[in-house]
Amino acid sequence: MATYRCIIYMLAFIICGSTVFITADIQTNQGKDAESVFLEGVRGTTSDPSLVLSTDTEDQTQSAEKEQNREAIEVETNLVDAPSDNIVNHVHDTMQTTEPPPSEDQTQRFAKDERIWKATEVEENLVADAPPTPKETDHVPETEQTPDVPPELTAKDQFQEELVIRPLHSGDIYASFQFRTLWDTDFLHGSKVSHYRLFPKSLGQVISKFSVRELHISFTQGYWRTMQWGQPFLPSPPGAELWVWFQDTVTDVDVAWKELTNVLSGIFCASLNFIDSTNTVQPSASFKPLGVGNVTDQRFLRYAVLPREIVCTENLTPWKKLLPCGSKAGLAVLMKSEKLFHSSFHSQALHIRPVCTDWKCTSTSWELRQTLNIVLDLHTSGQGKREWSLFKMFSRTLTEACPLASSSKVYVDVTDNPQGELFDLSPATSLLSQAVVLGDRRTYSVYDLTDPATFGQTHSLNMLLRWKAAQSVEMLRPLLHGERYVAGYGLQTGEIHTLVYNNHPYRAFPVLLLDIVPWYLRLYIHTLTVTSKGRSNKPSYIHYQPSKDRLQPHLLEMLIQLPPNSMTEVTVQFERALLKWTEYTPDPNHGFYVGSSVISALVPSVVAMDTNNTQERPLFSSFFPCKEESSYFMRVYTEPLLVNLPTPDFSMPYNVICLTCTVVAVGYGSLYNLLTRTFQVEEPSQGLAKRLANIIRRLRGVPLLS
Amino acid sequence: MAAPLTLLLIVAVTIRAVLFRSSIAELISERVEVVSPLNAWKRVVEGLALLDLGVSPYAGDVFHETPLIIYFFHFVIDYAEIVFMMADTLTALALYFAVKDYNKIVFRKQKYALEADRYPLDCLELIRSPREMLYIPLKVAMFYLLNPFTILSCVAKSTCGLNNAVIALFILSTIKGNALMSAIFLALATYQSIYPLTLFAPALLYLLQRLYIPVNWRRPSFWLFLAQYVFMYLGSLGVMICLSFFLLNSWDFLSSVYGFILSVPDLTPNIGLFWYFFAEMFEHFRLFFICVFQINVFFYTIPLSIKLKEHPVFLIFMQIAIISIFKSYPTVGDIALYMAFLPAWNHLYRFLRNIFLVSVVLLACSALFPVLWHLWIYAGSANSNFYYAITLLFNVAQILLVSDYFYAYLRREHHLTHGLYLKRKDGSEATLVLK
Repeated sequence: MATYRCIIYMLAFIICGSTVFITADIQTNQGKDAESVFLEGVRGTTSDPSLVLSTDTEDQTQSAEKEQNREAIEVETNLVDAPSDNIVNHVHDTMQTTEPPPSEDQTQRFAKDERIWKATEVEENLVADAPPTPKETDHVPETEQTPDVPPELTAKDQFQEELVIRPLHSGDIYASFQFRTLWDTDFLHGSKVSHYRLFPKSLGQVISKFSVRELHISFTQGYWRTMQWGQPFLPSPPGAELWVWFQDTVTDVDVAWKELTNVLSGIFCASLNFIDSTNTVQPSASFKPLGVGNVTDQRFLRYAVLPREIVCTENLTPWKKLLPCGSKAGLAVLMKSEKLFHSSFHSQALHIRPVCTDWKCTSTSWELRQTLNIVLDLHTSGQGKREWSLFKMFSRTLTEACPLASSSKVYVDVTDNPQGELFDLSPATSLLSQAVVLGDRRTYSVYDLTDPATFGQTHSLNMLLRWKAAQSVEMLRPLLHGERYVAGYGLQTGEIHTLVYNNHPYRAFPVLLLDIVPWYLRLYIHTLTVTSKGRSNKPSYIHYQPSKDRLQPHLLEMLIQLPPNSMTEVTVQFERALLKWTEYTPDPNHGFYVGSSVISALVPSVVAMDTNNTQERPLFSSFFPCKEESSYFMRVYTEPLLVNLPTPDFSMPYNVICLTCTVVAVGYGSLYNLLTRTFQVEEPSQGLAKRLANIIRRLRGVPLLS
Repeated sequence: MAAPLTLLLIVAVTIRAVLFRSSIAELISERVEVVSPLNAWKRVVEGLALLDLGVSPYAGDVFHETPLIIYFFHFVIDYAEIVFMMADTLTALALYFAVKDYNKIVFRKQKYALEADRYPLDCLELIRSPREMLYIPLKVAMFYLLNPFTILSCVAKSTCGLNNAVIALFILSTIKGNALMSAIFLALATYQSIYPLTLFAPALLYLLQRLYIPVNWRRPSFWLFLAQYVFMYLGSLGVMICLSFFLLNSWDFLSSVYGFILSVPDLTPNIGLFWYFFAEMFEHFRLFFICVFQINVFFYTIPLSIKLKEHPVFLIFMQIAIISIFKSYPTVGDIALYMAFLPAWNHLYRFLRNIFLVSVVLLACSALFPVLWHLWIYAGSANSNFYYAITLLFNVAQILLVSDYFYAYLRREHHLTHGLYLKRKDGSEATLVLK
């Protein structure tokens, strides 16, 4: 035990050291384009209300040695790396951005920028003059300030990070990282942006170039087992999923979509460039915008799934690079691929959308939400022991928050464990938070990483979750659940069965079922049957777009009313096409993937949902906007399908061409023969000797032999 | 003759009705030999379902029937089985009367020729007797109605049966000498599946012959009739296409029906030569070979018309056979149509060279189709090459059958002018060769 602790200490020390170094590095990098100076200045003068909220209960006088160290270095870097010409440049930049004829809106912003900038300059002078003393940064208490600050002061970029740990009843553990970057800029109204603070520039350029309104992308390895694990905070189908709402100024959406997928393919090192018209659809109802704005014209929506996509380290690295702190500080240090990919389920997602900055929605800002969900298996990752610690899960412990984050928290779901009868959680935390998640009120223990006290004496946080009883209580059945499989045998036809379960004891509710089937499985829509409880259940709305060979997939969207406590079965028959030999994948007998069905529903909620979407809430509970209190939005993905197709023999194109052409030639030849020749009486041919003699005679000019 | 014909019809309808009610009807309707993407009943139902959903049936790539067919079935969908049985009966009756008329004409011509002493003396055994010709129409009807291929096609509700009925009516009206009806039915057949376009030449030749107009470029009467017939044909084709346009208010059906027939995008296995060839084709040669294969179907029309300009009915038979062998989505129903004519060429039997071999191969292949399909698709113990090999053999046998009949026909004509027992110069018995 002693050695273990020793190792932990050493590790913590090393991490501390490296973090200090890294922080300095970050500051240096950012200082080069004068952004960090700007940022620091803004931080120093106008404190974020949410920050105030999150820190006001804490003891601010306590300051760890490390913290002081870091700040000293920060100040130093500022001194070194922020020469005044940078500032001039920046002002110039700001001027340039507002150069086009200033509308009222723009002049206002310019003025605002100016004001903030002045403050920064003052701060800069102050920093430049001041000796390296502990500076007032994120943790400065400003308890006097109310959350209701004037909008121009809140108008700035913001970064929040969160880790939610939910012990699952199966003994597995679910960890969900949530990162949110708010970018206070206005793309929707056509202004051009050329400087970036926390928001990744690569994505900012993408959304401005392609006039993207909303972008949702997820990469998932493994299938979420709803019946064992409950609902995830953010559902995603196996493989890669991409859906984008374009702004209504885009004239040729298909071209923009094609270019966008290629660009994203480069950014995420994924095969998104395989998205083409054969796997892109425009769902009419299932995918509504999640951000502000009520554009619901499906012409601007594109949705595609690549169920075959394999997610691995090369996708994680670019994803991590989009975080303001990278993987060098904050929660992201836990993301080491050898652990993350040694899991039963791994899903990383990225969502960009415009959100309201306040309750009245007077202004919007861009939200970039990056989530990473993993489920670690009890037996493979946990060696069969119902005992989880951060170190065991990620091979790392937490030592600090991301310095750029306005809030950085770890939540542990303790709803089933109010008195600690199921598991022990150490170190204990007095902070508890309640949140309404997926129609249920959950209680969480909260570790605030911005509070140095969280890390305790060891300067590292390594939560330990130890189950007391081997047998756990039964999990509540998820209210909505879907399954899918292919029935039938042989390679000619088949039938897709989709089962949708409503486990609500007394409430019926409608669901939207979306199916995308590739063209090479020819669906017969007249064979569609929907049965609930043994009776036919006619969908009240069907949107069907038949496939075009080699051009577009089948799209089937249905609104089905699910009776309470029932299983609804949707079946549709299909026929397997024989493809050209070049259209098969390199492993044709592995089969072809059919993406998951998407079941979207407004599920009746047990508790009242929070309809205020701008209110400060834990990130994991605030993704899907909530319009009414009595129900919440839920999306469930079924399994993808693997379907075999008949294959030609790939080894013999030449043989086939030769043989078929021979048969055609036989037909042509025999007809040609009969058409061009006439019947004649066969005369016996002359003998060889006679013919030779005749040739000689002809040469001699003598009459020929008859 | 009415009694046996009635009996035949009753038997045929009974067989079909029984099969419709049996459990194998479902099985038959899935067979790739019996239904193709062009004429599968499942796809007609799908088209109707799409129409009910408010989606154009041609928005997808499942439905490839013409708009008239979909509107026809929109009204008679509940009586589909009766419609298909009636179509078969109608085809058989049309062929019966057509062949009966044709035989009368053949007999009359033979009589004139005999009276004019145009036949060599030793050809008497080639002369056809009324006794032998009496049962030919009945045999033709029987060959169509009781052919297992026709029965399968009907039980599978393949719309091929309707196309056959249209072609049979076209033949009947041509032989009856009704130019207008002939043009209308020819237009309808063309509208249904392009390929019957090649039947234009034999119909024209036959009608000209009937009106004693010689095929002579200098005669205005020839040009006049040609113009008349072309006008009637194109006029009715235009009416049908415009009607289709107004039914759906879009031209989508052109690419979805005719584009589909000509460009062969659906490679579902069938008994033809196209599917495997184009599944295995190199992409940059695809267009070239599609052109070659499609031209191949139409190519024989002109040389055959020149060679057989005195025998338009045999020309019709040849054309139908060539279409059903070389078309892009052939089914057994197409084969059944030209096979129904075989009794009409009974008198060629003595000149057929390999009819035994060909019929054995055809029978064996028909039996092997389902076996090898099962091995490939269901058992997984064979691959596509097995099924492909059988389609090749089946097509070779059909080609040999047709060319054999062609040979026999030409040979008989030769004998009718030059005598049956030909002698060499030295007086020994001669053998005929093609040179």
